[in-house]
This record gives sequence, C-alpha cells and structure tokens, in this order.
Amino acid sequence: MTPMTGQHTARARGVRSPRPDAPSGLPGPRTGTLPHRLRAPLARRGTALHPGAWWLWALGLATAASRTTNPLLLMLLCAVAGYVVASRRTNAPWARSYGAFLKLGLAVLAIRLVFAFFLGSPIPGSVVIVTLPEVPLPGWAQGVRVGGRVTAEGLVFALYDGMRLATLLVCVGAANALANPARMLKSLPGALYEAGVAAVVAMTFAPNLIADVQRLRAARRLRGRTDKGVRALLRVGLPVLEGALERSVALAAAMDSRGYGRSAPVSPAVRRATAALTLGGLLGVCTGTFALLTAQGGAYGLPLLLAGAVLALAGLRLGGRRSLRTRYRPERWGTRAWLVAGSGAAAGAVLVAAGDVFPEALQPPAVPLALPPLPLWPAAGLLVGLLPALVAPVPAPSRPASPDGPAHGGSSTPGSVSGRPATAGTPDASGPPVPSAESAASRLRPSAPEEPAL
Amino acid sequence: MIRFEQVSVRYEDTAEPAVGPVDAAIPEGELCLLVGASGAGKSTLLGTVSGLVPHFTGGTLHGRVTVAGRDTRTHKPRELADVVGTVGQDPMAHFVTDTVEDELAYGMESLGLSPGTMRRRVEETLDLLGLNELRDRPIATLSGGQQQRVAIGSVLTPHPSVLVLDEPTSALDPAAAEEVLAVLQRLVHDLGTTVLMAEHRLERVVQYADRVLLLDAPHGRAGGAADPAAGGTAGDSAGCRTSGGGTRIGTPAEMMALSPVHPPVVALGRLAGWSPLPMSVRDARRRAGPLRQELAPLPEPVTPPSRDDRPAGRSPRTVETPGATTGRPGNSLRRSGDGLRSRLRAVLRPAPDRAGAAHRSGAPPADGGTAPELLARAAGLTLVRGAVTALHEVDLTLHAGEVAALMGRNGAGKSTLLGALVGLHAPTSGTVAVGGGERLAPAGTAPRRLLRHVGLVPQEPRDLLYADTVAAECASADADADAPEGTCRRLVAELLPGVDGDVHPRDLSEGQRLVLALAVVLTARPPLILLDEPTRGLDYAAKSRLVRILRALAAEGHAVVLATHDVELAAELAHRVVILAQGETVADGPTSEVVTSSPAFAPQVAKILAPQRWLTVPQVRAALAGTGPPDAPGGPDGPDSPEGPDAADWSDRADVPGSGAGDAS
Repeated sequence: MTPMTGQHTARARGVRSPRPDAPSGLPGPRTGTLPHRLRAPLARRGTALHPGAWWLWALGLATAASRTTNPLLLMLLCAVAGYVVASRRTNAPWARSYGAFLKLGLAVLAIRLVFAFFLGSPIPGSVVIVTLPEVPLPGWAQGVRVGGRVTAEGLVFALYDGMRLATLLVCVGAANALANPARMLKSLPGALYEAGVAAVVAMTFAPNLIADVQRLRAARRLRGRTDKGVRALLRVGLPVLEGALERSVALAAAMDSRGYGRSAPVSPAVRRATAALTLGGLLGVCTGTFALLTAQGGAYGLPLLLAGAVLALAGLRLGGRRSLRTRYRPERWGTRAWLVAGSGAAAGAVLVAAGDVFPEALQPPAVPLALPPLPLWPAAGLLVGLLPALVAPVPAPSRPASPDGPAHGGSSTPGSVSGRPATAGTPDASGPPVPSAESAASRLRPSAPEEPAL
Repeated sequence: MIRFEQVSVRYEDTAEPAVGPVDAAIPEGELCLLVGASGAGKSTLLGTVSGLVPHFTGGTLHGRVTVAGRDTRTHKPRELADVVGTVGQDPMAHFVTDTVEDELAYGMESLGLSPGTMRRRVEETLDLLGLNELRDRPIATLSGGQQQRVAIGSVLTPHPSVLVLDEPTSALDPAAAEEVLAVLQRLVHDLGTTVLMAEHRLERVVQYADRVLLLDAPHGRAGGAADPAAGGTAGDSAGCRTSGGGTRIGTPAEMMALSPVHPPVVALGRLAGWSPLPMSVRDARRRAGPLRQELAPLPEPVTPPSRDDRPAGRSPRTVETPGATTGRPGNSLRRSGDGLRSRLRAVLRPAPDRAGAAHRSGAPPADGGTAPELLARAAGLTLVRGAVTALHEVDLTLHAGEVAALMGRNGAGKSTLLGALVGLHAPTSGTVAVGGGERLAPAGTAPRRLLRHVGLVPQEPRDLLYADTVAAECASADADADAPEGTCRRLVAELLPGVDGDVHPRDLSEGQRLVLALAVVLTARPPLILLDEPTRGLDYAAKSRLVRILRALAAEGHAVVLATHDVELAAELAHRVVILAQGETVADGPTSEVVTSSPAFAPQVAKILAPQRWLTVPQVRAALAGTGPPDAPGGPDGPDSPEGPDAADWSDRADVPGSGAGDAS
C-alpha cells in the first residue's frame, strides 16, 4: 500500500485554482494581482483555516460595530462581512445560516423602528411626522408613553440604534457561516473532548430527526390521515422520539465497541486534585463575575475571576491526563489564521481608538437632523476586515449533493471501487462492477442472449 | 481466532436462551458466514464476539467466548476495540463524526495511537477501500454502498484482527453490495483479517465464504414459533440434526446441504443432485451442461404468470367456498396456497349483499377474459426535487392482476415513483392518475379517499404502525379505512396466523411487521398495492411467505408493484420488470426478457442455465417433473431435501399460480 498516493490525488484534484506550491513555470492566470505563493490555497483538510480565526475576526468586527452608530460605517461593516462570507463560505449546512442571520438583523431593525413609532422616543425632536392619539396611562406608568408625537429625530435615532444591533448579528452570522462548528469543537481541550463529541453527535442527529419527521408525516398520509397541520406534526412526535432513542442506543453501542471511553489509569490523588481544582475554579469564576457585576465589588472581583479561571484551566489540564485520546490532524493555527484574526482585531481596534478621536463622527447625534459624516480613517480601518477575502483558503468547488438519492451513479460516484461508467444508459451498459476475478466470471458468463424489449 | 465454548445467551424475560449452545472455533484469516433463520440468534451471537452482549445489552452469557485470546467476559467492548471491529446493519447509526476522514480516524483516536500512525493508516485505508475521492465529503451525502464502505473502513483503521458484520449488504443494491463484498474479499486475502458475517442474502455472499456456521433456532423460541413458516423451519431442520438447537460449522458445501436456508444456486444443485454442491454461479455453470441438455427440449416457461393466462388461475373462484380448502386433509402446498387466496378473498371481498353497493371502484374485472382494468397510469412524469431530477419523463401503466418489479440502483427514483403514485410527491410535469375510471391525481386527492385506490407499504413498515398492540393497530386501521369492524383483524389472522392481538408491533419479527403493515394497507381494499423494498431484512422463510401472499393478491385482481433490489424476488414473483436509471425508464417488459438480458438483474438460475430462460428453481423442477405439479411429493428433490412443507426453501414450495408449471398441466 502506498500511503502517499492519497495525498497526491487529493492535491491533483485541486488543480483548478492556483496553489501555493504550484510550479511558477505553469501558465497561471496572470491577472497581476498576487504572486503565486501568496495566493489563497484551496481549502483542504490540511490548509483549512482554523475556525477560531474566523470567530476572532468576527468578534473584532462586532467590537467595531458596537462602538459606532454611524449608519455609513455600519453599512460598510455589513458590506465587509458580507463580501468575505460571499467569497469564502462553503455549501455546508451551517454556511446557509447566514441568510437567516441577515433576516434576523432586518427583523430586529424593523421591531426597533416599530417600537419607536408607537412608543415614542426620549429624543427631543422638532420635526413631527405624525401625531398619533396618545393613550392615557395611569400615574404609576410614568415615563411610558403610547402614541403621541412621532418625530423624525426619534426615528433616526432608533434606526441608528437598530442598525448597530443588526450589524452585530450579521457579524455573528458571518462567523457561523464561515467556521466549521465540528472542527471548532474538536479544538476543545482534552478534558472537554467528550463534551465536544456529544455536541458533534447532536449536530449530526438534527438532520436525521428532520428526515424522520418528514418520513413519518408521509406515512400518516399512507394511513389515510391528514399530514397537514400542527396536530399531525405532534402525532408523529412520539415515534420520532422513539426512533431517535433507538438510534442513540445503536450509536452508543457502536461508540463503545470503537473504544469510546477508554481511559488511562490515574492515581486517586490526581483525581481528587482535578475535582478540587475544577470546582474551586468554577466557584471563583462565578463569585468573581458576580462581584464585577455588583457596584461595590469591583476591587476584588477581577482578581477573583482571574484566579478562578486559572484554577479551572489547571483542573481541565489535569483532567486531560485520564484521557488516552490522541488527535487526528488537529487544527493548525498558521500565518493565514493570524492574518484573518488580526484583520478583525485591527478593525475593532481602529474603531475603539477612533472613539476618542472622532466622537462626533462615530456617534452622530440625531438632533439636529443631518447627514452623518463618513470619517475616513475609521472607514479605512474597517476595510482591513476585508483581508480574509484575499488570504483565507478558497473553499473547494461545490458539489451538488442530492438530498435523497445521494450519489449512487451519475456524476457523483467518484469513489466507487469499480469505476463504473457514470453514464449508465441501459442495464447492459451499466454492467456490474468487477470486484474480483471469480465474481467477474460469475457475473459475465450469462451474457445477454437478446436485447431487452424496451 | 474466535472460539465459542458452549456459548449460550439468555435474556432476562425469556425462559429459552436466545442462542446456543454454540461450540465452534474460527481460525485466523477465514471468512465465516453465519447462517440461520430469523430469530435464530445471529445478531446475538455476533454481539458476543464484540462484547456488546452481554456488557451493553444485558442478558446472561453462559460459556466462554475468546477473541484473540481475550475472554469477552472480562473485557468490555471498549477494551476489545483494538482486536474486534463491528459494523452493524445500518451504517448511519455507526457514525460518530461528520466527514469521511474524521470517521476513519475516530477509532484510532480513542485508542490513543500516535498522530503519525493515524495519518498513515487513514491514507492506507482510503486507498484500500477506494475512498480517497470521498475523504472530505460529509458522510450524509454518500450513497448506501459508500457509507457501508466507510463504516468498514472506520473499524479497519485500528487494525483489528477480527471483523464482525451484521448484514452488510442487505440494504444495498446489487452493485453496491459487490463493492462491499469486494472489499471484504480483499481484506481476507490481503490482510488475513478474520471476518464473521451474518447475511440474509445468501445468494450474494455464500460464494465468498470459507466456512459456514449454521445456527438453529433454539426450540420453542417465540420469534420462530409465531411465524409458522419459520417455526416449521426450525422444527424440520432440527429433525435432521444430531444435536437439536445446536450449531454446526463446516465448509459451505457441507453446510448448505443441510441448511434450511440456501440460495437458488444451492437449491438447483440439490435438485440436480450435484455433489459437492455449487456455491457460485461459476461452479454451477460448469456442472450444468447435462442439466441444460436435459432441459433443452422442454418448453421454456416463457413468462411467468403473464396477464393473459391469469383467468385460468382465477377460475376456481366461483366454485370454491372460503374455508373449504383449509379443512381438507393432507392438502398439498398448491392447495394451501389456493386456500390462502380464497381466504384472503373472503376477507377482502364485501359480503354479497353489500357487494352491490360496493364502494370499491377498482374491483377486479368480471370473469371471462375481459381485458384487465387499467388501474394507474403515469404519463411523461417528471419530478424535480431541489436540484435533482428524481424522475424524468416516466411512462408507466399498471393493470389489475399484474405484479411489476421496479428495479435500479439506489437513488434511481424507484421510491420516488412509488411516492408519486401514492400522492406523496406532486409531479413537476406530466400526469399521474390512479383509481381506474376515476382518474384521480394522487397528490391532489384527500388521503382518506386515496386510501381506497392505492396503498403503499413503505421501506420501514414500522412507520405505518402507531399503536401499542396489534389489536389496537387493527382497530385504528378499520377506522382509517371506514371498513367494518374486524376487517383488519381478520386479514391479520389470515396473513399472520398465530399472532396474538396483545403483542406490541415492535416485538414482531421483521417479516411479521411487514405483513402487519400490509394488512393495515389492505384494510381499505386498494386495488393497487405498492411495496418499497419489502424483502429488506427478511429471511427466506418470511420472503416465501410474502411471495405467497402477494401472488394470492395478484390472482385476486390487485396490481402489485414492488421496488426492490432483490433480483431473485423479481424473478419469482413479477410478471413485468421496469428498470429505472437516473429517473428514466431504461427497460420495461416481461420479467424473463428483461432479467435475462442483463447480468446485473439476472437471477442465479438464469445465469446458470443461460442461454435458456429459466428463472427460478420451481420452474426447473416442474419442467423436469414433467406435467406434475411443481411440488408433488417424491419429486426429483425428494431424497436430499430435508425441509418439509412450508420450509424456508427459496419459496420453491410456494404455490405457483399460473406460473409455467401451472400452465403446463
């Protein structure tokens, strides 16, 4: 067996897009943008970006978004995130969540505006758009107003505020769409590995549950019952749960027989120490957080929190000793990961710094009404966030995955042992695969006496 | 490598052991096939090798199982993970991660192998199983055969010396099954892996086996006893065994001579008296020269029961009264088949006084050779789901009394076509009409109304069953179908004699559940009955029972459509075979023509006797016996066929209404 052939063919598959290790003599597309060795490689297992980098990048952008209400900057931020997602997302299920986050953002914006319209706004405005009849409220509801004057300033303020929230959601959505959650979970420390496995299993179970629900609803129709409406959906709940339970038991058996839960012998002292460290650490984290949130505990809150975190980490580390597990091809944090994470951090840092320099531009006042200015330097800083669209590895060309008849035959059987011809016109043409000499003999002997009557 | 010493397993709530006692040793580097009827405890015995029985499932293990010198009593499954690899029937239930490469590595990660070793072994395994192109693919997007190969690969990477497989090819189409078997063959021959495998589809695997472990159902086991066919099997086979309820191990030829379950190639070998028995088509073909000569002058059974000769098969209906046949002593099987038909008729038929007001529109045509009624028609049916064209311009007509088999690889559109006929999917273009003269569009018809015209037994019959007991299920089926009370219960009594009304459907065997679902569907008396992969997971006994039932239904004037991978079943039962590929019809014609013209869909007998067109062993037997009925006692198979009536033979004993044999007389 030749262990390396696998890698070679895998590489050969990616010839369509430029690779860092491509010989420079090849007539590549000379658009004059970047030299070959700097261009983004095709994302494969080995070159894929660490999912943590995407999250750091997105958090950087989110920090930037939280620092401004300037709609121009916020729109720019959305455009940056959207562009990167468009250029680097895969066709994986989680990547499709981006649309959902966009819609959620728009919904938040709309809700904010509706509230501002009907409940009024604390912003003193002079440009009245419309005056709604005001609902008289009792005295204890002081400060709350329903109806009344709707001012343009109030709406603009709500718009700015809503846009900030929506942009935050878009940033989170971008991370969600770009980072593979399964890989992210695999980067957890050893002691948490099993929790990560549980999460991955749960993620793969969800699509199965949906398929079960669909199948059982179809079966209801076969029994002559209606398959529409909430009741029909509820009725299949029990069988679906039953099926899920059975599948979990089967999976547990499979995992057990594949060595899940094998542990190394650990001395009782270490075990006790682990428990003490972890518990103490978590206690410290909780108390510290509580202290930080209350007004007077600021002094001892932070040290307590930090100490707790250190203890908990030490506990986790020690707990990892019980685990025999090794990691297969762990995620690597390479230069490109640094660049991606750094670009997000830079965008965030620029806006944090700009908050002091251009307070007016970053928080444009709603009163008086005016076009918000576009501060050039912060805008340029945000554009740094586009860097991933250049440096992050390009996702592999998408492959149409058929939902129900996945891939047996047609163009998507690249890996069948037999190398059966993909275009199987007639049964004769799509002869059986030839796995071994004996079977070949047995298969081919009774050759077709006649053409089938078509 | 694997040693069973007086092994038996008993679960808490049963008096009888689920399996055993088993005494056997399987040496290193052998492919050992575990053979036995449903309920004989095959899965349980496989579980003892990986330690899942009793550590995971509970129950009591008597005796001792040692694998590579480790006693499973003292080693938990996870501690055997480095010597035993286990793959179950459903590969999807086996996967822990989401991509192929991670899945291959998972077992090694658990064992704590070094990263370098893991990487090397993953690459090796990708090559060994031909999975390299799929390495980055999400597992959910793979086909059944690919998933099964990934599952096998995932247990191979820790380099186990024993591989345990429970029905690895049952759910696969013939080509995908070949992929998997090729891999197993390679493992045994190249790596010296010991493989222990249970499989119902013996015709696929027995030729690869080095050794066969024959497992009898322990006496009085409920699983077998409830199903008379299986019960008969157990009883009969025990009769010819030295140790009742025990096991035997030997070469495939020796064991197949004894086995109550055997593939058609063996049945033909027994019929022709070949010794040693052939295991593969090649073996049989080399010996078949004389048989072919003998058969050459005999009239070939052109098409099994084609539509034109059915009226003859149906004629006795007017004279036979329900129940009359059952009382006859010493009824031959042909009779008992007829009896089943007439009894079915008695249940399915409305009483004479209500027949006038018959609310069944699809009643079979009156006797007397009128053209069979057109029950369903699809014209230019195209169905697009998402980006996939599941069906493309499919034309299909179905007439009363016809049995049609839909074949084609996984994902060819068989299930979608059935779904379109029963209204689960609305056609994108083209038309589907069911209900004979009423020409209903299934997708636009209320389910309750459609129920009387067409019924589908889905791939997983359990999906149709909701209630806690068989009796409750029957009552709700009656209510669903507006049928008189007790209709379904009587159908169940006919089709599944001996099943108690209090049994939970989950506790039925695979075959019993299928028949229960069929009874539920039949309650509304639909003239068109569709079955999706009915023989998945059925043993030969359950299959032959199903064949009998479906034949009786077709003779009754029902049209039956089966989507199946099982070429033997199609050859046995279908008048007509429709082959789909990529959503298009590539062949549609009489069974004997379609299946003999393509090796992938040819049954074993056809391959052995090509270019003559014999499809099944009963046909050959009937022809050899001259004009006699196909299963007359003292036939050519007399001496060396241990099984009695209703045996689990590949349904050669089933009644053959209107088949070549019947017509010859």
